[in-house]
Amino acid sequence: MTSASHHSEVTLRVNGKPHTLRVDNRRVLLDLLREDLDLTGSKKGCDHGQCGACTVLADGRRVNSCLLLAVTLDGSEITTVEGLGGDGEEPHPLQRAFLDRDAFQCGYCTPGQLCSAVGLLAEAAAGHPSHVTDPAAPSGRPVPLDRTEIRERMSGNLCRCGAYPRIVGAIEDVIE
Amino acid sequence: MNGFGYLRPGTLQEAAEAYAAHPGARYLAGGTNLVDLVKLGVEQPTVLIDVGRLPLDTIEELPDGSLRAGATVRNSDLAADPRVRDRWPALSQALLSGASAQLRNVATTGGNLLQRTRCPYFQDLDKPCNKREPGSGCGARDGVHRDHAVLGHSARCIATHPSDMAVALAALDAQVELYGPEGTRRLPVADFHRLPGEHPERDTWIRPGELITAVLLPAATAGVPSAYRKARDRASYAFALASVAVALRVADGIVDQVGIAFGGLAHRPWRARHTELALLGAPATPDAFEGAVALELAHAEPLRDNAYKVSLARNLALDVLNRLAPATATA
Amino acid sequence: MTGTTGTALGAPAERREGRQKVTGAARYAAEYTLPGRAHAWPVPAAIAHGRVTSVDTSAALALPGVLAVLTPGDAPRLAEPEDHTLALLQNPKVPHRGWCVALAVADTLETARAAARAVRVHYAPEPHDVTLVPGHPDAYEPEEAGGQPGRLEQGDPAAAYAAAEVRLDVTYRVPPLHNHPMEPHASTAHWDGDRLTVYTSSQGGSTVRSVLAGMFELPEDHVTAVTEHVGGGFGSKGTPRPDVVLAALAARRTGRPVTVAYPRRHLPTTVGHRAPTVQRLRLGARPDGRLTALLHEVTTHTSRVREFVEQAALPSRVMYATPALLSTHRVTALDVPSPSWMRAPGEAPGMYALESAMDELADALGIDPVELRLRNEPDREPGSGKPFSSRSLVACLREGARRFDWDGRDPRPGTRREGPWLTGTGVAAATYPAAAQPSAAAARALPDGTFTIRINATDIGTGARTVLAQIAADTLGAPLDRVRVEIGHSDLPYAWLAGGSMGTASWGWPVHDACAELASRLAAHPGPLPAEGIETRADTTGKADADSPYAKHAFGAHFAEVAVDTVTGELRVRRLLGVYAAGRILNARTARSQFTGAMVMGLGMALTEHSTLDPAFGDFPEADLASYHVPVHADVPDIEAHWIEEDDPHLNPMGSKGIGEIGIVGTAAALGNAVHHATGIRFRELPLTPDRILAGLLSEG
Repeated sequence: MTSASHHSEVTLRVNGKPHTLRVDNRRVLLDLLREDLDLTGSKKGCDHGQCGACTVLADGRRVNSCLLLAVTLDGSEITTVEGLGGDGEEPHPLQRAFLDRDAFQCGYCTPGQLCSAVGLLAEAAAGHPSHVTDPAAPSGRPVPLDRTEIRERMSGNLCRCGAYPRIVGAIEDVIE
Repeated sequence: MNGFGYLRPGTLQEAAEAYAAHPGARYLAGGTNLVDLVKLGVEQPTVLIDVGRLPLDTIEELPDGSLRAGATVRNSDLAADPRVRDRWPALSQALLSGASAQLRNVATTGGNLLQRTRCPYFQDLDKPCNKREPGSGCGARDGVHRDHAVLGHSARCIATHPSDMAVALAALDAQVELYGPEGTRRLPVADFHRLPGEHPERDTWIRPGELITAVLLPAATAGVPSAYRKARDRASYAFALASVAVALRVADGIVDQVGIAFGGLAHRPWRARHTELALLGAPATPDAFEGAVALELAHAEPLRDNAYKVSLARNLALDVLNRLAPATATA
Repeated sequence: MTGTTGTALGAPAERREGRQKVTGAARYAAEYTLPGRAHAWPVPAAIAHGRVTSVDTSAALALPGVLAVLTPGDAPRLAEPEDHTLALLQNPKVPHRGWCVALAVADTLETARAAARAVRVHYAPEPHDVTLVPGHPDAYEPEEAGGQPGRLEQGDPAAAYAAAEVRLDVTYRVPPLHNHPMEPHASTAHWDGDRLTVYTSSQGGSTVRSVLAGMFELPEDHVTAVTEHVGGGFGSKGTPRPDVVLAALAARRTGRPVTVAYPRRHLPTTVGHRAPTVQRLRLGARPDGRLTALLHEVTTHTSRVREFVEQAALPSRVMYATPALLSTHRVTALDVPSPSWMRAPGEAPGMYALESAMDELADALGIDPVELRLRNEPDREPGSGKPFSSRSLVACLREGARRFDWDGRDPRPGTRREGPWLTGTGVAAATYPAAAQPSAAAARALPDGTFTIRINATDIGTGARTVLAQIAADTLGAPLDRVRVEIGHSDLPYAWLAGGSMGTASWGWPVHDACAELASRLAAHPGPLPAEGIETRADTTGKADADSPYAKHAFGAHFAEVAVDTVTGELRVRRLLGVYAAGRILNARTARSQFTGAMVMGLGMALTEHSTLDPAFGDFPEADLASYHVPVHADVPDIEAHWIEEDDPHLNPMGSKGIGEIGIVGTAAALGNAVHHATGIRFRELPLTPDRILAGLLSEG
């Protein structure tokens, strides 16, 4: 157990780089990224898990970074939109597909959409069902992603510019 | 007010001791609701006791054929578990109809049960709410309450419980396992949440310092055909206007096992005991279903703007009952 | 005849800032992490009407890390702004719930939030009234609505209606709606002596600069407004909003850079909303469908802070030929948050009502709704008598009908059942004004063969950088990749805001003019260019805003197919098609995104978006994104947008009409009409949520 002070030390790996910080226990991962690490790609749309703009990958799973207290993430591996492409100059195939499909306008939900889509692909491959997956579909096998599946699985990411059809198209491009 | 302490106990016992030692402490697991409420100021913990890393994250089959899902199993993992999908499909469906993938990846089994109402008056510190501030009044009763309760509400509170998962667990006769200073005990999920009555500030029968350690799905409902259906304001990522979980087994055209619970209608998952009683031993026919569901919903007391919930719940229940009943019975 | 002839225009050029946006490199207003930057958190009023009697800041100031709490008594004084929603912390009056009554400033976001909560505000409340009712004793007819006379009457509408062979008298209701751009309103401000710099999420940096200069009594050139990337606005960032004023006040008080990033929950009461409307439509017609009377009477609210009229009766002055026309607004000032622009203010709710009523008339007459509209096509704009610069509504309707396979449609309502689903299709027309406002631009040719275009345009997601580069490239006869575009900074030549579907027309015009002059200067320039290059400037004042003998509008047609679940009353959109005529389309890729994106917002207006003014408390209980339902991925099917190219010489050198708003305009009516076709029930209040649909099905069934 650590002490009951209002601050704690945490160590996180963000986009492959380790960071050790002393954080206010109130600090959520989103604000840690934006304020402490100046990684402002992850966006604050609602700060309450209702829009998905802050979506990042924590230990490979997509999460709302606005609802995760940084202090609870000691030892975690975080990937943000800035880290999707890896070290290279080339963007991640999803980033390329978003450009090709014009799958955004204002761009504010885009990092969250991208991280969410990365998470979606992994979840479907791991056999995670969704609300629209046929309950009779066999458990534990990869779930084929048609447009209905993609739409349902991406529904935690709002886009007020209404780029949804193009985002779905971009994700389909990467699946193919 | 300005900040809180943080503790990460290594064992259940340490957690319970930490709780006892810190007045105003709260347990934290996934935090998808608690962090939300802390930001709103609805919850003002002095210390957060992080139980998210306690070894409660496994799903195991017990020798009697029941399934024990640890309290920190993530909602997405519980929904995807092949045993859950195959034997208690209503639970998987309920989980998947709630929240978003991101939230389900973090939210836990225990936390889901303990999530608090989304009543807008509860969430707004500048408005009266007997649940948040006992005695301050209820802003919703004469206010905007289209989403509020039609069953079991009180003069003090008309809030609904927001969980989908809990509705399925209630219908499936699941039990919640609690660890506390006085030892371990179990409660049926259907009886875990309270009606508001005079004390809407208390959502459940959990005792101070108690911790949910697991949810148990009983062998008795394993493999019984079950399903969950939810109606909402948009196609995904919205709380239920009304929902229903049904487990139904029919033998020779006669109902020999049934569990029904409604969501979105009350301060707790609403187990439809009147309906169940009427159906047990009755022919599994549309007419019988209709009569039995009406018996339950006759107890509804809709408010000015939410009478639609009664018809909606009725339609949902009949749809799922008829779907689960063998084709010969519905023909 | 248009002034550009190259090949860049119309091409689907990729967004210039796209790469920054998909890699997270694009910085928005709250993301300027200046050294020593502090955060401020507003305290919203907890009463709907009255005044602040005292503010106890002691508990807040006692928190470690709190720098200041600004209150109505002690905030820096401001010159009175024209827009009184910006007169913040200047006096103790509370005109509506949610009005800013204090501002906490602290080292960190968390402490600012805690400090705001620790501020104790005491009030002297007064009775309030936030309920919009037709016939309200305080209702009045505004002089202006959306820049037009509030009332227009032609012929003898009452008598014509009374004498009509076929009459329809219906009332439609649209609730308050919220813009909710994904980026909440935010500004970062810092002072350097008497120079103020703001990074702000605004649709128009030039206006931000002039408004701040006025309020802080500074010369305009002492104020810099940076609007590099803006996360959507949809009208709600059209003019400066409280965030930028509060950030500047807090920065002045604390001597530190300060960011005010509005919490999402504060937006509904703070940044404007679409005012609710109650719209009575009376249509008189001959049996052949020709209108003999059109009466469109709009009741709406405004705040006590400023008058804003949702100009919903205006489209009735544009759409259909009628010998007798009444188009009026009545507005009541209530103790409500100030309404403001939301995508297609006026047209979106107004056309929902008018186009739903037209569908009802078609139904009553047994005339196909596409045909009914064709029969009422006017020769001139009904309201003004002016000829249209171009009007291709008929072509849009015909093309849409062809693409949608409308001709095979069985008109009988409530007859298509697929299991529990009832399905139906609907159509509606759309219109939006095409205009431009004065702006200025500079174009420079450099010795290396590249060009730089400078203009204080704002890209809120429309693709402004990209389309302006295309306009410049075509005018200069240069390859697109040789053109750099600088926008989003108030040191650049003055430009109109990104709003009213006027951005591209307003900015493209001076860009074109400057480039045209530059091209002729270059043609006349012998030898290599000087090191600094050659620059030309253009200003369209007097040109863009000149009176025109023409009525200029874009038109469109929307077609929708829906399925209604008879078990739950839930509604699913199966198909959505828009066909538009908006002059010349300048970038096929970004234009399609704007058309379809606006259709998604129209889908939300029709199906999911609902807000309520709470009579007891005076604000909107649907304050967050969990309760105010913006459509999600799962609500939105594939959407088709097509267009008919118009060659309209009366618009601007590009020949373009604005396209940012028309996509929302007819969408809600098309969906509502499809729901009627599916169910046989006419729902006259938005949104079409399951509670309403189910109640309708049960009472009709």
